[in-house]
Amino acid sequence: MAIKDYIRERFFPHIWCPGCGHGMVLNGLLRAIEKIGLDKNEIVMVSGIGCSARISGYVDFHTLHSIHGRALSFATGIKMSRPELKLIVPMGDGDALAIGGNHFIHAARRNMDMTAIIINNRIYGMTGGQHSPLSGYGTMSATSPYSNIDNDFDVVELSVAAGASFVGRTTTYHTKQMTDILGQAIIHKGFSVVEIMSQCPTYFGRKNRLGSAIDMLEGFRKNTTPIGSKAKQKDPDLIERGIFVRKKMPEYCDEYDKIIKRAMKGN
Amino acid sequence: MVEPKLKEHVINRNWCKGCGICVYFCPKKVLELDAGDKVVAKRPEDCLCCKLCEFRCPDLAIEIITDQESE
Repeated sequence: MAIKDYIRERFFPHIWCPGCGHGMVLNGLLRAIEKIGLDKNEIVMVSGIGCSARISGYVDFHTLHSIHGRALSFATGIKMSRPELKLIVPMGDGDALAIGGNHFIHAARRNMDMTAIIINNRIYGMTGGQHSPLSGYGTMSATSPYSNIDNDFDVVELSVAAGASFVGRTTTYHTKQMTDILGQAIIHKGFSVVEIMSQCPTYFGRKNRLGSAIDMLEGFRKNTTPIGSKAKQKDPDLIERGIFVRKKMPEYCDEYDKIIKRAMKGN
Repeated sequence: MVEPKLKEHVINRNWCKGCGICVYFCPKKVLELDAGDKVVAKRPEDCLCCKLCEFRCPDLAIEIITDQESE
């Protein structure tokens, strides 16, 4: 199946800006799904609000464009009623960790079988470039014109601490790694988190003088390194990418089934 | 393994937004932006069929068709 078979061509060209990383994530995600050979009818994509959330309109799976920050809650409901379906939940950094921060940590804690993709462009793009919890100290945005004094989350450490059983990080520059990690995350049984560092040339790039989308992609190449590389020991500021955690843990729907069986025995 | 041979670059001009990512990252500099800021395959004979342009395109606007795919 070609990747064009997985999209709703009538809605293209998409709304994202020229050079936006979200399109690259869509590209990589479609290739991952093609590679692992999932059927369109097995997949449900649930998204919240924001530039990243528009992705669910472009794919020809079962899709739900829900409310801000609550994509994981809607996905939880779908998974509980139809556990045989594969849930994919793409979210922006603000959608996942500011508005939806509470939902995110508790979905991870329950270890429900779904894949949360955090497309991290470090800004709220749709509403005009306000700073997000992933913008980081010292960055410029529409709401931090004299530079941001908030510290940022480390998505990987946060997800590990919250109990996610699969945690990975990659960038839009590393397309092959992105396809590979997304594929493994979707196959993984349990709550998978994949952080994809993405570029917003329109807001984050422009406000922080990072240049064009191409310059930002070059930045991802220079500022990241595979997990455990020698380069990281020399330069601790490099951001590691790869699969940080992959462990077998009891999955929520399976445990719930066991509870139903146990309760029925009592009658 | 036999090296794939290029059949054609399929470029969807309606979807291309002219960001230039494919042009910049092409290892053989096969692609260029035309006057209307849409990508064109200027030197298709140099193409290695690595498909980096296809994998990186944010607009899903470019596809490399090789002889191996049509078989």
